[in-house]
Amino acid sequence: MMARASGSVVGERANLPFAYRQYSPDQLREVLRKMYLIRRFEEGAEDSYMRGLVHGTMHLSIGQEASAVGICMPLTDADQITSTHRGHGHCIAKGADVKRMFAEFFGKTTGYCKGRGGSMHIADVTKGNLGANGIVAGGIPIAVGAALSAKKMKTGKVVVSFFGDGANNEGAFHESLNMASIWKLPVIFVCENNGYGMSTSTARSTAVRDIADRAAAYAMPGVIVDGNNFSQVAEASHIAVERARRGEGPTLIESKTYRYRGHSKSDRNRYRTREEIEDWMTNRDPISLFEKELLEFGVIDQAGIEAVRATVEKEIADALEFARQSPMPDPADHELFVYTEVA
Amino acid sequence: MDATVRELSYAQAIQEAMALAMDADERVFLMGEDIGVYGGAFQVTGDLVERFGPERVMDTPISELGGAGVAVGAALTGMRPIFEFQFSDFATLAMEQIVNQAAKMRYMLGGEVSVPVVMRFPAGSGTGAAAQHSQSLEAWLGHVPGLKVIQPATPHDAKGMLLAAVADPDPVMIFEHKLLYKMKGPVPEGHYTVPIGKAEMRREGRDLTIVATSIMVHKALEAAAKLEGEGIDIEVIDLRSIRPMDKDTVIASVKKTSRLLCVYEAVKTLGVGAEVSAMIAESEAFDYLDAPIVRLGGAETPIPYNPELEKASVPQVPDIVAAARDLVRGRR
Repeated sequence: MMARASGSVVGERANLPFAYRQYSPDQLREVLRKMYLIRRFEEGAEDSYMRGLVHGTMHLSIGQEASAVGICMPLTDADQITSTHRGHGHCIAKGADVKRMFAEFFGKTTGYCKGRGGSMHIADVTKGNLGANGIVAGGIPIAVGAALSAKKMKTGKVVVSFFGDGANNEGAFHESLNMASIWKLPVIFVCENNGYGMSTSTARSTAVRDIADRAAAYAMPGVIVDGNNFSQVAEASHIAVERARRGEGPTLIESKTYRYRGHSKSDRNRYRTREEIEDWMTNRDPISLFEKELLEFGVIDQAGIEAVRATVEKEIADALEFARQSPMPDPADHELFVYTEVA
Repeated sequence: MDATVRELSYAQAIQEAMALAMDADERVFLMGEDIGVYGGAFQVTGDLVERFGPERVMDTPISELGGAGVAVGAALTGMRPIFEFQFSDFATLAMEQIVNQAAKMRYMLGGEVSVPVVMRFPAGSGTGAAAQHSQSLEAWLGHVPGLKVIQPATPHDAKGMLLAAVADPDPVMIFEHKLLYKMKGPVPEGHYTVPIGKAEMRREGRDLTIVATSIMVHKALEAAAKLEGEGIDIEVIDLRSIRPMDKDTVIASVKKTSRLLCVYEAVKTLGVGAEVSAMIAESEAFDYLDAPIVRLGGAETPIPYNPELEKASVPQVPDIVAAARDLVRGRR
């Protein structure tokens, strides 16, 4: 979604956090809707998986909704993202239609990848989503390449590369940050640090306490935000996007967050405690925190929240129905799309 | 000789192709290590940076994985990068981006995107560079659906196939034997393409088909010339493209000669010759065979440093002569 600065700050809002100065009430209600949509999408996907409707595995981003939506706030449909195996939230935040996402999970021809990609490869190039990626750090150099295209073709586009804490120890991460910096490319590196690369905590895997510190090695700003605080995430993204659009180069944003579910469907959660998970769910839930602020600042009332929830419930139910009703691909077509068909 | 055809080296032919491609299309640009003022490790880019500037002849840091990924990302978003690996051996550092990303992106995304990237790989032994700078890894990439993998053997084909690769909507991997860079041959001026996926008959013959790749095409032709004096008439097919492979040309030739010898520099086991042999064994040409299929490939060793050891580890002309003679004389 594209959010424009609302111009002069209204006096009574001047002391509020960034998002409440930057966005109109309508925009803020839309943010809430998107965060719900991500969560309910993930829950719908999980439920479908449990009922055997989804083949393979999936990586859910429940708990990370503010990060995905906040980062995408300053982006236009022309701006691009690369995403990760935990990419459903990014995809929705960038404007994807949940109908076609569910259809892809169900392996249907109406899915974003016509059933060839599944959860880990959803892309929506018309909205600038260049794709989730099954390889940790696989999308980072691709994002740098997209930013190189933007610079060469002078399109004014910026590119966001989402990745997790696990990716920060891959060579591709380091090579990419270095190249983006020496060439001053319009790319924003967004590390969603949810504390664990599969089962291995960042404390055990990563030599620095804060991944944002890695930015110093590549002469770019390194910013830490509370990834469960929508306003903080959006503010950091706006600053980074403006810097990129001015031609001043990349930024590394570390968005500290948490995933409620396991790494994937095989996870027994043996590397973290129930107390830790419950603490995040109870005290730091990004949607609850955002709702509380919206109520406090008078952006919405309880009835308004219920109304937003109701629209999301309907959208999810309709999308699941669309996916169920959609046709399966013809097995005879399994060799399509390997190469470009030349007329 | 036609006025528009000059003698150029293989390296000059590639350079000319890249210059033509950049002149014709502003989306085309070059990336690689030391390809700018240095001119490339084998002087293939030469002085192109002076003509096109450092933005279009981009030196990259020594970051093969990241650099290849940047090329993939640029290709995905509208540019036409030509990425030079300094040595084909360094593809091992970039396999993730080549195999998991470039090759599969179109398929994974249901045909919504294409990745028109060209990657160039200086390959092969014979330079005394030893085991980490002398490999022939084309079969590694030839195993991956989504890639096209070619091995031009002449200056003419090096130019025409590179121009075909740049025009191709999908990722094309070009393996260039380093010992060919200085080889001269006729090259037409201006733009022309040599199709990817078409083998070329280099010599017609009745007694034996040799299917060779890259530098082995020239060694096979030399062997064929020697055997002509013995009354052995050899057909030499330059495969040129290993994915897609021109099965029809090979099958037709084997049906004619009834004998097949595959010659390639890469390690023999699981190499291109294995694929060609199996393809013939599965085809209607099998019934025409008068002798077992024979492969001559690289030794089952890393490439050694010592020049005599190095020569011993890949097929040489006398090896081809001996194998061909044995096949035709019925000693196999």
